[in-house]
Amino acid sequence: MNNFDKKLAITLLATCVSAGSAQANTITWADTSDVYSMDPHGQAISPTLAFLHHIYEPLVRYNKDLEIEPALATGWEVIRPDLWRFSLREGVTFHNGNSFDADDVVASIKRATHQDSPIRGNLPAVSDVRKVDDNTVEIQLNGSYPLLLNDLTNVYILDKEWMTEHGTLNPVDPTQGDQSYSTTHTNGTGPFVLDTRRPDAETVLTVNDQWWDEAQHNLTRIEFTPIASDATRVSALLSGQIDMMLGVPLQDVSRLENAPGYRVLETSGLRTIMLALNQTPDSLHEGDLDSNPLRDQRVRKALYQSINMELIRDRLMRGKSRNTALPVAPAVPGYDASLDERFPYDPEAAQQLLAEAGYPNGFTVGLDCPNDRYVSDEEICQAIAAMWARVGIETRVNARNSSNHWQVALNGGSDIWMTGWATLPMLDSFSLLSQILSSPHDSYGAWNPGSYHNPEVDSLIEKIAVAQDEQERLAMISQAFELSQADIPMLPLHQQPLIWAANDNIQIPQTPDGKVRLWYTTVE
Amino acid sequence: MIAFLIRRLLQGAMVMLAVAFIAFSMFRFVGDPVTNMLPQDATLEQRAELQERLGLNASLPVQFGNFVTNAVQGNFGVSYRNQRPVSDLIAERLPATLEMVFAAVVMSLVIGIPMGVYTALRRDSWLSHLFQALSLTGISVPTFVTGILLILVFSVWLNWLPSFGRGEVVELGWWSTGLLTVSGVKALIMPVITLSLFQITLIMRLVRAEMLEVLKTDYIRFARARGLTNRVVNFGHALRNTLMPVITITGLQIGALIAFAIITETVFQWPGMGLLFMQAVSFVDIPVMSAYLVMVSLIFVVINTIVDMLYFVVDPRLRVDTGQNKTGA
Repeated sequence: MNNFDKKLAITLLATCVSAGSAQANTITWADTSDVYSMDPHGQAISPTLAFLHHIYEPLVRYNKDLEIEPALATGWEVIRPDLWRFSLREGVTFHNGNSFDADDVVASIKRATHQDSPIRGNLPAVSDVRKVDDNTVEIQLNGSYPLLLNDLTNVYILDKEWMTEHGTLNPVDPTQGDQSYSTTHTNGTGPFVLDTRRPDAETVLTVNDQWWDEAQHNLTRIEFTPIASDATRVSALLSGQIDMMLGVPLQDVSRLENAPGYRVLETSGLRTIMLALNQTPDSLHEGDLDSNPLRDQRVRKALYQSINMELIRDRLMRGKSRNTALPVAPAVPGYDASLDERFPYDPEAAQQLLAEAGYPNGFTVGLDCPNDRYVSDEEICQAIAAMWARVGIETRVNARNSSNHWQVALNGGSDIWMTGWATLPMLDSFSLLSQILSSPHDSYGAWNPGSYHNPEVDSLIEKIAVAQDEQERLAMISQAFELSQADIPMLPLHQQPLIWAANDNIQIPQTPDGKVRLWYTTVE
Repeated sequence: MIAFLIRRLLQGAMVMLAVAFIAFSMFRFVGDPVTNMLPQDATLEQRAELQERLGLNASLPVQFGNFVTNAVQGNFGVSYRNQRPVSDLIAERLPATLEMVFAAVVMSLVIGIPMGVYTALRRDSWLSHLFQALSLTGISVPTFVTGILLILVFSVWLNWLPSFGRGEVVELGWWSTGLLTVSGVKALIMPVITLSLFQITLIMRLVRAEMLEVLKTDYIRFARARGLTNRVVNFGHALRNTLMPVITITGLQIGALIAFAIITETVFQWPGMGLLFMQAVSFVDIPVMSAYLVMVSLIFVVINTIVDMLYFVVDPRLRVDTGQNKTGA
């Protein structure tokens, strides 16, 4: 009975609040899936982290130009390559009124790097964190590590007293059947406060008037709704139930552009789509040969040169994709425009290369694709299979849902498979170099089941991992890309477009990382 | 009656165990949840460690055994995706699905039965032909097409009804209902039409066929000969005798509706169990998938048992028959 009363009271309260602020600036927006958890250390998935950034804040954050700027920390110095000192912002309070200080930072980073923390991998280099005084903390690293700031942008700070009070000082590990107060409740320092949440239906935030930063937005309320069905999401926008949507399907872009009162926001995203090549097995899984032709650089080049990316861009992607020769997008540190030139589309040269490699009549190969993960993923594979067939390579396309696709591909069960890499959450070329272009060893090469191995690239990657000087580091990244480009370990295809649509009266910055930052959003 | 009930419950338990086992064997084919749970640049060790913690390395019988042991104690584990107990998630979504399904059942009976009766009694009127033609459309158009069309007309063009969600809900204890608010009722209309369209036509055709059969029987002719009014003959005698198969089919269809609700819920972003299940499948959220499948089989078992018991209530002959069988054996 008590419980019933409480819930009724909450509902009535929520109704009053929503009625009261109806005239103010509300933005209602939809994405394709819900925010999974309200715990900022619960899951390292980009959309969840991006949403929680409205409630919680990190020590340093990205601004709307994707540059790192101070947030809860005001400054930092590198005392030794493995020891960083951060000065903290004074006068910041959490939503419950508690003040923010070094104890909160220490407790939060300890929580995020705890043995059982699901996001421990987001702070791989941190070994310890210490309070120096109320407004200073020191972070101890395992060794020299240039990407600490990038990593810290994803680690949000919680209130130590609040965590202690609700018994959630240790991380929540869903795999062990844990759940905690912090999965459904929040207490951050961010520009918005959690008001109500109904999973898969609606999550409502209201503005935090006590925010320490100068507001660049004029919102008073944010209503977030996941709408999984593309058609329903577009309809919801057109019927005025939502003000903004992510994930506009390619076929609806022109319809929304022509509808009065709406705007389509488009940018080239961070995610690069590639075809990875399996050089591990002695013969192909779906091949008709005793050898593995993919081990021959000439064959790999022939595969590359027989794909007509202009056609794929213009027809399948409706002109919205950005063809690329590099495995990272221009916005990713380490991108080098001088290397971004594709081998030209040339089926004759490809046939020549195949003949030189000893396959004048081609061969049979499998091409594995997800069918629910990337824009037009299965269609792209079908198109490529047809293009390869023209140079004599018979291609068997296997389209699966992404969970199955990865299970097969990452265990080395595919010949050629489609993969995408956005370098998130790190947002640096090192993410791709260490996981895809490095040979599999220690913590490297998890996404390189195809055993691409170039000792020079490997040793460069190890140097990049600890480089202190940024210019030198970027130069080494370019060098690693250049070396691997000659090897053709995989076939880069394009960067996917990010397409949002919104009412005309909404101004919102769109960054290539695809994260919604409503604290830069104004409604006229 | 008691013996029948106990026998039924035992059979039900076996069915649920079998469903759980089949579900579990299928999970090997839905893929690997680990890729969905870790950031893309997670290392090989992190992946292996998570696999171990999730218990995915254990053999199938061990995983199944753990699941059954926990499930019997009412513990379905914690969702990988939402990080909350599965039983909480299901309790939260159940009211949404059940409200929609029962509204659809009521609608299909309220519309389907009179339409069936009318088309049986006035076989050659133009309205009957229209109903028949409409029912063909109802049977042949797939649910998601109906849903999208309704959204296009009533949300985008006319702007009368919301295209997604449940509207405002009121919490009555653990039950959340959308029936008490205007926006809740408005939100219910299109999903219910989408879901019940097939049922309406099914019930209509069933009632019509049964009515035509019954109207030919002798006792109807005798009833007319006795000079009873048409109303009493048609509704008091004929319709009552056609209701038996209608009850059966309606009962069975409630289960099917809960299952079909998956599509309707996805189209309308209706926060019910079907949507939960769809999302669990794409995330490979094994605790949610297994709990949902067991839950749905439980619903089927319960409904079938209730339908069988309703027979006893409606049809006196059944009671006599079982009594004789027992003494005979």
